[in-house]
Amino acid sequence: MPGKLKVKIVAGRHLPVMDRASDLTDAFVEVKFGNTTFKTDVYNKSLNPQWNSEWFKFEVDDEDLQDEPLQITVLDHDTYSANDAIGKVYIDIDPLLYSEAATVISGWFPIYDTIHGIRGEINVVVKVDLFNDLNRFRQSSCGVKFFCTTSIPKCYQAVIIHGFVEELVVNEDPEYQWIDRIRTPRASNEARQRLISLMSGELQRKIGLKVLEMRGNAVVGYLQCFDLEGESGLVVRAIGTACTLDKLSSTAAFLPACNSPSKEMKEIPFNEDPNPNTHSSGPSTPLKNQTYSFSPSKSYSRQSSSSDTDLSLTPKTAPYPQGPRIFLCPSSPSLSSGSPHLKKSCLLSESSLTPHHSSHISPVVLRKSVSFSEELLLAASGMGSGSAGKEGGPFKALLRQQTQSALEQREFPFFTLTAFPPGFLVHVGGVVSARSVKLLDRIHNPDEPETRDAWWAEIRQEIKSHAKALGCHAVVGYSESTSICEEVCILSASGTAAVLNPRFLQDGTVEGCLEPRLSWQPGFFSIGSEKGEVDFFPQSQDSSSLLGQEENLPAGCGFCHIPYDELNMPFPAHLTYCYSCRKQKVPDVLFTTIDLPTDATVIGKGCLIQARLCRLKKKAQAEANATAISNLLPFMEYEVHTQLMNKLKLKGMNALFGLRIQITVGENMLMGLASATGVYLTALPMPGGIQIAGKTPNDGSYEQHISHMQKKINDTIAKNKELYEINPPEIPEEIIGSPIPEPRQRSRLLRSQSESSDEVIELDLSHGKKDAFVLEIDDTDAMEDVHSLLTDVPPPSGFYSCNTEIMPGINNWTSEIQMFTSVRVSRLSNINLTNQTLNKNFNDLCENLLKSLYFKLRSMIPCCLCHVNFTVSLPEDELIQVTVTAVAITFDKHQAVQTTKTHVEKSLQRASTDNEELLQFPLELCTDSLASHPFSPAKEHLESASSNSGIPAAQRATSIDYSSFADRCNSWIELIKLKAQTIRRGSIKTTVSVEKASPLTEGHFRQRSAPACANSTVGVVKMTPLSFIPGAKITKYLGIINMFFIRETTSLREEGGVSGFLHAFIAEVFAMVRAHVAALGGNAVVSYIMKQCVFMENPNKNQAQCLINVSGDAVIFVRESELEIISAQQPVASCQPACSGGEIAT
Amino acid sequence: MTNELDIFVGNTTLIDEDVYRLWLDGYSVNDAVGLRVRSGILEQTGATAGVLQSDTMDHYRTFHMLERLLHTPPKLLHQLVFQIPPSRQALLIERYYAFDEAFVREVLGKKLSKGTKKDLDDISTKTGVTLKSCRRQFDNFKRVFKVVEEMRGSLAGNIQQHFLLSDRLARDYAAVVFFANNRFETGKKKLQYLTFGDLAFCAELMIQNWTPGAVDSQVDDMDVDLDKEFLQDLKELKVLVADKDLLDLHKSLVCTALRGKLSVFPEMEANFKNLSRGLVNIASKLTHTKDVRDLFVDLVEKFIEPCRSDRWPLNDVRLFLNQYSASVHSLDGFRHQALWDRYMVTLRSCLLRMYHD
Repeated sequence: MPGKLKVKIVAGRHLPVMDRASDLTDAFVEVKFGNTTFKTDVYNKSLNPQWNSEWFKFEVDDEDLQDEPLQITVLDHDTYSANDAIGKVYIDIDPLLYSEAATVISGWFPIYDTIHGIRGEINVVVKVDLFNDLNRFRQSSCGVKFFCTTSIPKCYQAVIIHGFVEELVVNEDPEYQWIDRIRTPRASNEARQRLISLMSGELQRKIGLKVLEMRGNAVVGYLQCFDLEGESGLVVRAIGTACTLDKLSSTAAFLPACNSPSKEMKEIPFNEDPNPNTHSSGPSTPLKNQTYSFSPSKSYSRQSSSSDTDLSLTPKTAPYPQGPRIFLCPSSPSLSSGSPHLKKSCLLSESSLTPHHSSHISPVVLRKSVSFSEELLLAASGMGSGSAGKEGGPFKALLRQQTQSALEQREFPFFTLTAFPPGFLVHVGGVVSARSVKLLDRIHNPDEPETRDAWWAEIRQEIKSHAKALGCHAVVGYSESTSICEEVCILSASGTAAVLNPRFLQDGTVEGCLEPRLSWQPGFFSIGSEKGEVDFFPQSQDSSSLLGQEENLPAGCGFCHIPYDELNMPFPAHLTYCYSCRKQKVPDVLFTTIDLPTDATVIGKGCLIQARLCRLKKKAQAEANATAISNLLPFMEYEVHTQLMNKLKLKGMNALFGLRIQITVGENMLMGLASATGVYLTALPMPGGIQIAGKTPNDGSYEQHISHMQKKINDTIAKNKELYEINPPEIPEEIIGSPIPEPRQRSRLLRSQSESSDEVIELDLSHGKKDAFVLEIDDTDAMEDVHSLLTDVPPPSGFYSCNTEIMPGINNWTSEIQMFTSVRVSRLSNINLTNQTLNKNFNDLCENLLKSLYFKLRSMIPCCLCHVNFTVSLPEDELIQVTVTAVAITFDKHQAVQTTKTHVEKSLQRASTDNEELLQFPLELCTDSLASHPFSPAKEHLESASSNSGIPAAQRATSIDYSSFADRCNSWIELIKLKAQTIRRGSIKTTVSVEKASPLTEGHFRQRSAPACANSTVGVVKMTPLSFIPGAKITKYLGIINMFFIRETTSLREEGGVSGFLHAFIAEVFAMVRAHVAALGGNAVVSYIMKQCVFMENPNKNQAQCLINVSGDAVIFVRESELEIISAQQPVASCQPACSGGEIAT
Repeated sequence: MTNELDIFVGNTTLIDEDVYRLWLDGYSVNDAVGLRVRSGILEQTGATAGVLQSDTMDHYRTFHMLERLLHTPPKLLHQLVFQIPPSRQALLIERYYAFDEAFVREVLGKKLSKGTKKDLDDISTKTGVTLKSCRRQFDNFKRVFKVVEEMRGSLAGNIQQHFLLSDRLARDYAAVVFFANNRFETGKKKLQYLTFGDLAFCAELMIQNWTPGAVDSQVDDMDVDLDKEFLQDLKELKVLVADKDLLDLHKSLVCTALRGKLSVFPEMEANFKNLSRGLVNIASKLTHTKDVRDLFVDLVEKFIEPCRSDRWPLNDVRLFLNQYSASVHSLDGFRHQALWDRYMVTLRSCLLRMYHD
């Protein structure tokens, strides 16, 4: 009996008139939890009743507390007939079940009815008294925190990231159960709402249990979805990443300076190795067996019974359509990681460099050795052994091995996170995805959802093997989705294959590494001067390079380095030496599903890139239908991918982040929509242009046409480069090294032009100099493709858009945000539907939608649409529904212009934000940038400053000149020197600019917040799909918001048609989310997502129905400007406790 | 390919002031799009007509949903469905309750009933204000009227409290309610030259001085009706013109004081008795509802028109009226000084305001 739930009904307001005669209402309230119901007295004849009830007390198991929602029903008392329901409120009491979140739920909740929408509000107070339960075999998992946020939540630090948790529950769908229609729509809708609420509670509890089993205390990146499978039932499934989180307490926050260096540790994972002895044991450690060598035959041949096959695919290979499963990696070859070849090359390069390093570094070491005792000893011992260079390879293997074993203990080494603590992500292999077409059958036993579990297990296994093929042991940015049409269901999963740092993954490791972290601090702390920081830099650089850790190379490029073996690639791809460190190989393009890592250096700004595709399909039944879909899928994937690649090239960029490919199945067509954010990564080679090749070169006019097109494409590329400020520095070819020769593989649409070193001489400055994509125009189809490439219009000036959390290249956000949802449903004219017209229609639909958004938000210019999330569904034969949710954030244009500055500033800002998050570093950037600067962010900044295009452009040029006639090693040393200089300058510059920035933005906030607080009775609740609020600091997480609503109407015309109906419903959903957040004491929802918006209409019957599922994290945030005031008042500025937000919100 | 459904919902409700104005002005979506196109917005933003159409539809839908709340503005403040910054809420309310001068002059003093509502067609044609807008304005008048009709306390204050209007607008509404309640005739041709401002000015003075609220702030209907007792008492003033001696004395006092100060002195002297009779008779007849309704007609006919035909400058009218009301205090036989002041102070200000071309 571990919990007592207490509920008090205070009052109602704005109730609807239920008695036409008196124009009043006799309202009372039923409060139900589990099987217990309480009632208030009837408050006669009022639209604003004051019940002021006693405390209704429910004594319940904590299992029930987790599963059941609190149901509050408002009714109109009727003496003679049955009481009329006015509406209901469902309250999820989960946030009250863990101590750090909300303590009370109290506030006005909209009273919601599935037929009438919101009908007035009710004021409710809810409390829970929880008793400790010592039963080890308990079924509940109270206390496990859930976060939708796909990164480590602000104001927490990750102690351990345990890994993937998943669960699904199934049930009969009441809507289909009662097909006889004896029940009213209201009853059926309410039953569905209640059921789903129950199921999500159960699901969350079960996931929580798994987390407890893993000894975690939280789930981050929690994503819960519903599959409305129709007659076969209702599936609620969830995935997430189990973590052990530590709250950043105010006492810890008190010591920012001491703690900050520990961040440094994270960047150099090596030093955190629990056991320093590994250094000596390193060389003797045998190479890890090649557990994941790539075997194309395996994935190609894995053909299971019906329509279940595999396909590996890159744009450079011709498609071999064999089945629905697709393994996609954008020219990023898949390979095993620990291959001896790689080791060898690694060793070679290391040893050639090492002597110079040590000679250059040792004086520094000596000079500074007083303060850097341990770290230096470590490094020095490495050097002293003389075989430093050789140590590198084995050591790497050791690291791999360790990580691998940590991960291999798990069934699925998946992470739903998209942003990571610094140092966590070592390498990124590329996107891995798998799809499977299934026929739905009735779920016979809801308690044993084995089939669904098996389906997903299969897909996950697939993903895992794909990742292995890419030489990666983990998948990050992992997500799952379904598309259902009638009885056919496409299951999809995708993620980014990656190599992770083991430090966060294992208990032992972390505990071990805490030690050196602590002992390290004094050393760092004593370097008070900027000079120290600069001097330190080469040292740390050196130590890492000595140890042969590419992970420790300039932070901005490490993750780009290929994790697979370059000599054993199954896919032809261009590999070049990394443009940042010039030591490791990088692919020519990189596709990922994660956010841009905070330490990545980019040039210019990013932009939203979308590939859109439709394919007609014959209507068919069951098996035949599934087969047809399976046959179409590979072509779709291939074309989506081609489009993405072409558009990326057209933008002059070389990497995609946040890639999300959605394949939607309808009665007579399939739709594919891929969204991603394109960026120019400094570490990757400059993308080549696109060349058009005609098939019949003899025809003169045709030739002319082709050249005209070519010119247009070149112009577009040049224009885009200007627009997104992509102006990478020229880098001589010698440094880059020759690419790996590539087997020419002809494909109909594209092939990459292989590049050899002598070709490089002819520079084509108009659109890069290397491998141009060739578009062969051999039929009208291809013509269409080229045309469609050029139809994408860039956003109007002052607008940027991306689908990631933050826009690469913009960082000076101001505080104004506007989250929105836009829905469009288009009807296709049925006549002469061809793939071309369909594609064009779909393309227009999306483009027009974007244009509308830009127009609507024009008052916010300059602004950026972030986290643009498109969802496509095909509700009926000729209907296409596109739903977009995004947030528009304003930014300060004047600062953005100075790109060089912002680049440095960005990394600085990020770095110190990271500090703050991870290192119990409570002060905001503005107040403490100076103080924090000298210590922690040092290395990272230095790195970004130096590898960044802007500042060192000139210097780099000189270094390059130098290198052209000196040998490479010398130039490298020179480069280090230069970096050191740049760093010094860079950091000074940054500090100044940050200082300048703060009063400006602060003024802005004040201006804005002043009128907002004036006489408003309803507190403002911000909503954003991002995990942060610009210009503010999240001080407390109050719990997860996960709500499901159904709305139905039988008077569609009267409610303003479909648009009026849905507009009102979405506005109501927002209102209910805000009300719940406000009742928890919060003032914002972060990581908000509308997971489902299923709209059905029947205009002939004047009816429509819509289901919406939303989720997010309720938080309290405090404006930075307010923080400053507080900290100014308090002499000990850092004592800003996380909980102080409580007062602000109430 | 046609968009069957096209919506945009922001967490903060987007309000476009220009579109709001077009909506308030009663333009259809298509007309509004046309007007927006003509405003050059497409060139400024590079948008297409389709985008503009969709945007306008969206805003119209939002306004339509907000309209229900705007009928009871406090609800707009407390509702949870639309998150609107307070400044924007104020703007929405103020604009919604704003009315057209041309329209208000047509309905001022008319009974706010269904009958009048039927005439809105004609008013719309006559004033050039769209029928939709006329309806909104008329319904606003009626709604405000119904709410404050039987309420205690200051009329303008009540309106401000229940409709959250600005001070200025609340006072205008008070005038509208006052006129509607007392059904003052304002539509006659000879009254056409009076602006709403003139009439609202008069109404405000009358509310201040001639209603029960002027003497007792705790009565029902204190500001809406004229003070019956006061109107009854006004009959006493009749002695000023009925008693020939008193009239002569009054005239001589005024003439002595104003001699040499008026450019129209001879005309004044000649017309004094007519004017005085006019003003006093208006007062004494106010017990009849019919005469109350004709108050402004009478004022124009009995005082303003005679003066205007003799081309009195405004300043002379002011001097005359000041002296005319002040001199009564020197009439020893007249005992209703307070009553006279209550009547004349208001009337004098009204007349001066109304005295223009």
